Amino acid sequence: MARIVGIDLGTTNSLVAYMDAGQPKVIPGRNGRTLVPSVVAMTDNGLIVGDPAKEYLLRSPERTIYSVKRFMGKGLADVREELAYFPYTLHEQGGVIRIQIGEKSYSPPQISAMILKELKQRAEAYLGESITKAVITVPAYFNDSQRQATKDAGMIAGLEVLRIINEPTAASLAYGLQKRTQGMIAVYDLGGGTFDISILKLKNGIFEVLATNGDTHLGGDDFDRRTADLILKQVREQRRLDLDAYPDVMQAVRLEAERAKIRLSDEHKTTVAIDLPGGRGRFELELTRDQLESLTADLVERTLGPCRQALKDAGLTPADIDEVVLVGGATRMPLVRQRVQALFGKVPHSELNPDEVVALGAAVQADILSGGTQDMLLLDVTPLSLGIETMGGVMSTLIRRNTTIPASAKEMFTTYVDGQTSVDIHILQGERELAKDNRSLARFQLKVPPLPAGIPRIEVTFLIDANGILNVSARDVRTGETQSIQVKPSYGLTDEEVERMIGESFKFAAEDLKARQVIEARTEAEAILKATGKALKQGGHLIGAEEIAAIKAAVATLESAKVTDDHKAIRARIADVEKATHHLAEVLMDTALKEALENKKLSELP
Amino acid sequence: MLSKGVMQQGQKTSSPRTELQMARSMCWHCQSEISGEYFCERCVKVQPVSKEMDYFTCLGLPRRLNINPDQLEAKFYELSRMFHPDFYQNKTETERAISLNNSALLNTAYRTLKDPIQRAEYLLRLEAGSAKEIRTSPPAELFEEILALQEDLEEFRSASSDRPPDELETLRAKLEADRKTLDRRRAEMEARLFELFTAWDVLQDRGEATDQLRKEREAILKEMREILSNRTYVSNIVNDFVATIG
Repeated sequence: MARIVGIDLGTTNSLVAYMDAGQPKVIPGRNGRTLVPSVVAMTDNGLIVGDPAKEYLLRSPERTIYSVKRFMGKGLADVREELAYFPYTLHEQGGVIRIQIGEKSYSPPQISAMILKELKQRAEAYLGESITKAVITVPAYFNDSQRQATKDAGMIAGLEVLRIINEPTAASLAYGLQKRTQGMIAVYDLGGGTFDISILKLKNGIFEVLATNGDTHLGGDDFDRRTADLILKQVREQRRLDLDAYPDVMQAVRLEAERAKIRLSDEHKTTVAIDLPGGRGRFELELTRDQLESLTADLVERTLGPCRQALKDAGLTPADIDEVVLVGGATRMPLVRQRVQALFGKVPHSELNPDEVVALGAAVQADILSGGTQDMLLLDVTPLSLGIETMGGVMSTLIRRNTTIPASAKEMFTTYVDGQTSVDIHILQGERELAKDNRSLARFQLKVPPLPAGIPRIEVTFLIDANGILNVSARDVRTGETQSIQVKPSYGLTDEEVERMIGESFKFAAEDLKARQVIEARTEAEAILKATGKALKQGGHLIGAEEIAAIKAAVATLESAKVTDDHKAIRARIADVEKATHHLAEVLMDTALKEALENKKLSELP
Repeated sequence: MLSKGVMQQGQKTSSPRTELQMARSMCWHCQSEISGEYFCERCVKVQPVSKEMDYFTCLGLPRRLNINPDQLEAKFYELSRMFHPDFYQNKTETERAISLNNSALLNTAYRTLKDPIQRAEYLLRLEAGSAKEIRTSPPAELFEEILALQEDLEEFRSASSDRPPDELETLRAKLEADRKTLDRRRAEMEARLFELFTAWDVLQDRGEATDQLRKEREAILKEMREILSNRTYVSNIVNDFVATIG
């Protein structure tokens, strides 16, 4: 069986890990770093992902996309409140957000796919083999649309997503493998954009999730915004300057706020510094940990409600929890640790790197799926109740939240009017009474044979698979025939759209390759031009004027070829320059040799 | 919107028994006969658990109401290791589908039997038909009590904004007392229910089907049904209390 990698597709950073002789390992990039910033820049030279893309946040903010995970499986109305924080233009098409970059627009799964591709290539370069299968993690509290969008992203990236696994449970797998823990554990996972709490029972290699809860719109990003807002306010008051009009400076403020937050986890005070636009100089502000904590205390409090609800749903009290595990970079904040410790009454664990533990767990799950690890089994739950809209706009629950998955429910449908030929079904997810207060997942139409009212009997099976993704099938009870159902997702891409995006992704890949070849050819051209200039300076007096003219002509054509996007032409002109300078190089070599020999002789003198 | 459709909740259709036995008697893969376990003895392929299999049988338990939770859990874990889709990733599509459906059924069975109330409701459904019949109307005395409590709740809710704090406090104290009474009532009902669990199990163990035993069985089922129904009324109003006074 081909190797399956584990991928943590994070809001801020993403990682890829694999199983090496029974131990999960994160794969580093060429720069030795394991984290790939989840940033994608659309530059003139093509697509750039990760660390180099991060630089473009300041250089071309309106063409550089970050925190795209916040948009996965969402409509525009879901993110209206935070639109002001993003420098790029968003619009909506068929219930899916599109990010406008120049002429083109991209869906969040397409952007995520670019990050996934980068991870795929990283793994392929490191392992020296082609990677086509992956386990990808999502926040436990992700709904069906968000999970489906993640799966779509995998497909667009050319990966078969064998399993979507919840981040806190992935972390528990990594911890369980490491420590062979038994008993009740709570995993508190505060990431860049999402918060999850999962309560698990670990017994003899079974990881049974008892309850999960969370907030898919609460994470480190929100802490940074509070700090950024403070900086912007101070600049406005002290310098009478509104930075809103400067997207690049806004990004600088956001990044500086993030760095300050990180520093304040170790230090008690720090200075934030921002270069103001238009030569207005530098703005400095001293920030203390106490200040940060009072700015963000309510955010930390917001995580505690879901913790209490999860405990309640699991039928447990804090005293029943044997261990608390911290996951996600934002759990490095001392205030978070204090509040978690106060709630559960025990010191939380963080032995494994909170940035890497989710990817490590995904690699463990990948190993389970490929038949490697056989003594561990994860039994996860669906985070949200699933139901359908009934008359009066009320949601009728079919599968309750915290039900172990796979889970299924059957529902019988019939007609109300003689000769009725279809029944509309609206699928919902959420905990509220009324359909309109819950998340609309999809709609579909059941085909019914025209018969007197009440006679047709169509049995619909709603099945949530091990990925937490819904599958719907229908069967006519009278005839026993199964019916294929065309489900129209409310906030997702249709199958056709995903197909098209997979196609486009190959096109992008071709463009990317071309861009890379152009960049490489240019770099080489620059190197040879520099070397030629140096050689002419050193050895111009040793060759004839005609030869010098020939070299200068070759250099001039290379100079003009270099600025085009035709890498083949650049390569050809490089070859011309090499040919023209061949003799000069020999002459220089001879001279150098002669000198070296003479020097040697000199040095050999007593 | 289900404007035109009518749902009939809780209603299940059952295919004829012969069909079900047919489905179970032959391996879908090698067509050899199989003897009731989850894997074909000859070709070692996983077999679909019949959708009609009751949850007790599914978890290898006799139809008894007192269940040792540790034993139940151990069996659930054992079967999960047999059926979970994680272990069928490299298998054929048919086997993966069987694994998925078996796991879903196993999870439902475990969830139902783990909780004593759901377990009792399920047994009633098995022994005496549809779940709908469980909902009997409450006895007059309980009905009036609940009405009175709902009025108290309503008064507190509408008073919250415009009454002086001390009056609100008095109302709240009354509600707290009401809630304690309700909790006690529910605990009493559950205690009686668990007595009936034991009575049922004893009766089942005696086995032989005399008229006397049948009558006793019916009596136990009838009383369980009443308690479960009344308990639902009490639980609903307790939830209202929790929503109002926390």
